[in-house]
Amino acid sequence: MSKSLKQPNRLREGGRIDRSRKLSFTFNGQRYQGHAGDTLASALLANGVDIVNRSFKYSRPRGIVAAGAEEPNALVQLGSSEAAQVPNVRATQQALFEGLVARSTNGWPSVQRDLMGMVGKLSGSLMPPGFYYKTFMAPASMWMTYEKYIRKGAGLGRSPMEPDPDIYDHLHQHCDLLVVGAGPAGLAAALTAARSGARVILCDEQEEMGGSLLDSRELLDHQPAAQWAARVLEELAGLDNVTLLARTTANGYHDHHFVTLHERRTEHLGETAAVKGGYRPARSRMHRVRAGQVILATGAHERPLVYANNDVPGNLLAGAVSTYIRRYGVVPGNKLVLSTSNDHAYRAALDWQDAGREVVAIVDARLSPSGDLVEQARERGIRIIEGSAVLEAKGGSRVSAARVAAIDIGAFKVTGQAETLACDTIASSGGYSPVIHLASHTGARPTWNEEILGFVPGLVKGVHAAGSAHGVHDLGEGLADGVAVAARALEALGVSARAVELPQVDARREGLACALYQVPHEKPTLRAPKQFVDLQNDVTAAAIEIATREGFESIEHVKRYTAMGFGTDQGKLGNINGMAIAARCLGRSIPEVGTTVFRPNYTPVTFGAIAGRHCRELFDPERYTALHQWHVEHGAEFEDVGQWKRPWYFPQTVNGKQETMHEAVARECLAVREKVGILDASTLGKIDIQGPDAREFLNRVYTNKWLKLEVGRVRYGLMCKDDGMLMDDGTTSCLGENHFLMTTTTGGAAGVLEWLELWHQTEWPELQVYFTSVTDHWATMTVTGPEARKLLAEVTDIDLARDQFKFMDWREGTVAGVPARVFRISFTGELAYEINVQANYAMHVWKTLFEHGDKYGLTPYGTETMHVLRAEKGFIIAGQDSDGSVTPEDLGMQWAVGYDKPFSWIGKRSLSRSDTRRSDRKQLVGLKPKDPTVVLEEGAQIVFDPEHAIPMPMVGHVTSSYYSPTLGGGFALAVVKGGHQRMGETVYLPMADGKTHAAEIVGTIFYDPKGERQNV
Amino acid sequence: MFHIYCPYCEELREEEEFHPKGQAHIERPKDPEACSDEEWGDYLFFRDNPRGIHHELWVHAVGCRKFFNITRNTVTYDILETYKMGEQPRVTAESLASQQTQGNVQVASGGQQTVGASSAAAEAIKGEQA
Repeated sequence: MSKSLKQPNRLREGGRIDRSRKLSFTFNGQRYQGHAGDTLASALLANGVDIVNRSFKYSRPRGIVAAGAEEPNALVQLGSSEAAQVPNVRATQQALFEGLVARSTNGWPSVQRDLMGMVGKLSGSLMPPGFYYKTFMAPASMWMTYEKYIRKGAGLGRSPMEPDPDIYDHLHQHCDLLVVGAGPAGLAAALTAARSGARVILCDEQEEMGGSLLDSRELLDHQPAAQWAARVLEELAGLDNVTLLARTTANGYHDHHFVTLHERRTEHLGETAAVKGGYRPARSRMHRVRAGQVILATGAHERPLVYANNDVPGNLLAGAVSTYIRRYGVVPGNKLVLSTSNDHAYRAALDWQDAGREVVAIVDARLSPSGDLVEQARERGIRIIEGSAVLEAKGGSRVSAARVAAIDIGAFKVTGQAETLACDTIASSGGYSPVIHLASHTGARPTWNEEILGFVPGLVKGVHAAGSAHGVHDLGEGLADGVAVAARALEALGVSARAVELPQVDARREGLACALYQVPHEKPTLRAPKQFVDLQNDVTAAAIEIATREGFESIEHVKRYTAMGFGTDQGKLGNINGMAIAARCLGRSIPEVGTTVFRPNYTPVTFGAIAGRHCRELFDPERYTALHQWHVEHGAEFEDVGQWKRPWYFPQTVNGKQETMHEAVARECLAVREKVGILDASTLGKIDIQGPDAREFLNRVYTNKWLKLEVGRVRYGLMCKDDGMLMDDGTTSCLGENHFLMTTTTGGAAGVLEWLELWHQTEWPELQVYFTSVTDHWATMTVTGPEARKLLAEVTDIDLARDQFKFMDWREGTVAGVPARVFRISFTGELAYEINVQANYAMHVWKTLFEHGDKYGLTPYGTETMHVLRAEKGFIIAGQDSDGSVTPEDLGMQWAVGYDKPFSWIGKRSLSRSDTRRSDRKQLVGLKPKDPTVVLEEGAQIVFDPEHAIPMPMVGHVTSSYYSPTLGGGFALAVVKGGHQRMGETVYLPMADGKTHAAEIVGTIFYDPKGERQNV
Repeated sequence: MFHIYCPYCEELREEEEFHPKGQAHIERPKDPEACSDEEWGDYLFFRDNPRGIHHELWVHAVGCRKFFNITRNTVTYDILETYKMGEQPRVTAESLASQQTQGNVQVASGGQQTVGASSAAAEAIKGEQA
């Protein structure tokens, strides 16, 4: 085998790539070529690209280390256009497609000649372990300085600045058994469950299912293992009870076997999903799976050894070397030194030699290794250096040599003379860590297994691990384990398992691995060249040693102090090594030190996939009233009230100029006060209450009395929580002896209904009463102003005579020929009729009123005018003038409190608590600014003495404040400590701009204090 | 996200359909006026925050709108039962403790930040709980 010209590291044969399909791509502005079936990483290696990034903290050149999700260095920014930008994609997980454009996320101005590299040593000393911790302790202003510097240097990728053209879907899935991982154990488990008739979902994060079978040297039934995988997958694909999800990462394991799977549908084809026939397919899908049982067959990650300069490009995981050679036909170098603690890694050397390249030596930390793979290497004449390890890599932008010496692991000492071996690639293996991330998401504790030198997952009920994911690394045993675990899961599901014949695996003798994490160096760790533990976060063995010396003993503290296992890496590669080093420094064992918690997501998920279709107009539903279209046509500005769109004001064009809000509101206010206005009040919550005990129920949930309210009458009520604080207010009308209609605030409607249900269902189930929300069924139009009666009289058959239809009465009849309920209640202080009609008749009624209303000067008004008018009358808005710490008494509304009602209604007892009896509670008052041109700011804090030294005691705040065209000046409602006893006193409002306003405390009713105008 | 069995709908439904309403079995004093401030304050403001078995009030807010109770393990988040208003829980901390002494049920000991301590350490923590 020899090189292809354009791709110097590409083998002529082998691998699972499609050599007939060439794909060109761009990396850091340079054009390259790869093949269909490549990942971006394998294509870069094929092209001999050594440096793919600069490191986070020290800005050291970094190359590709791994071949999968555990890759710490090769993070790239994808996208040829602004809208298609995707940050922090692992090149090892990105399939190559024609025209792919990628850049290093780090490296400024380029990874080859990095300016940051010049200050690398400087920045390194500026960022010792505990940097973040220590910086956060410093003044915040310093953090802002550091933060810019770190961002620029670290280059954690960037978000697109333009909208994402792609769409994303959410799917809800249910299955009996979810199998995560389609390697040997996962396939065996899925096959067993599928043949037994269970509904199975099998997902795998890689481009191709098969896991380690795709690059295995072993034979199944005397054929390449990948052929068995293909046969099983074919069978599974043909079964109706099986869903196969390739390119699908199980990213989070949530409560009650709820697993989120992220399926990448088009990311291997192009940077955005191609439109086909006018239809754009979803770029990715989030499968929200509820599984009966779950099998985690997530395999294991190989651990690199920690030695000096182990981050120089050309240092790879042993398994990654095999994967690149066998799966992609790429050999990432010429001269290999392998440093290992186990037999399995010998594959890398055998594969390397099979690829026609030179294996300089295998450096084995064990004395007299003797497994089958070791014997094979010996027979081939490969030099094996026993009891030794690579102490240090030499080289700057690429490995040039390895320093190798005999070591004493127990004493953590170099015992022999170091030998320098010229090479360009160092592969290392310190053993295999089961991928326990998903199991950890459930909160279960992993436990250290000394036999496999790794943590095995703790498992909550219904979760099973299979194969390498719990340390069964041997192929034959892993297959059998998959079947056995599936049988256990099926038993839990009540499904009888059908036998599956497993392929024949050649027996293999494997020697025991030894426990080696950090390789000793001649110099002490703190003085030796950097020995990296977490490559993504630039955490070294020395940093962990310093952390333990500074007193950080808990592994969680060490993590936060050093940033080990942070970020998108989540400790895939370095965590166990880091723990082992912490354990060594602390003189403890690894299980004593424990592991940190892995959190979702396993690998980063694009926000689009999380949002799904819940974006743009579907982000949050908008609710429109039946009259919405009229408001739009008449130029209304809208205000969001909960999910409702309510007309805020109706600006008109006067002399070719559109009114400002101030002008429009002034005009609308005067129209109501002088003529007649109309408001769409449909959004008010309406609850229909029926039942023989309805009246008694109202008497218990409202503060005031309801037993004597007659049919045809309406009453205003206050609703408190049992702590005596106002919760909501509104009117309730007696429609029949056992039938009432309650109104609530617009925002409080759903909460009040749930509140009523709560008390009925949990405390007073003996009361016969039923609640139904009718908010959307009725449209409400408030006609108010001195001319309201004349206008309404033209379109209704209801007798509007003052003595026949009194204030706080309601009547049934027709309005504009439509059945209607008309309520004579007023939120403006003027004569007012609230007309309720079936919602789909509302537009007709509204338009009819305008046909008749012109001559009376009928003016539509919005919520802003409504607020001004109600505030002039001192009518509160629950949630604006009250905030959950305000009693009816604080509001001065004792008139609405039935102190002598026999039943201790909700909130009553609390009004006599020592706290609610305090005389210095904040109480609602009116404020009249001394300067009438001033409109106080809502939320402004109130003080008694503006000369008081800062901090001044704050005694209250402004709750509502407006300019009143009727009063000709600003006015406000506010809560002030002991305010009810302070009428006529002056308070002060210091503002952010340095000015201080003075205002007089007055009553809350600014207009028509006797209430004569609403009673005409 | 929880999977909750509504005892009225008799179906397992997604947590999104429900609202949690705090500790269950809080009874409003029959005669509030007879309560001292302290007794009334206890009813209003004081709630248990157990590590382990907790009885909670939930409502199937966008389902049947019925309130019901859940017995939940606050450590493992396992829902051990749901039951209708007016019913009493079958699973309680006491009932589990008596089973544990018989060796039938293993009370999970999780919830700490550091996981992966040796099984001996885990036993020690369990010992503290017991």
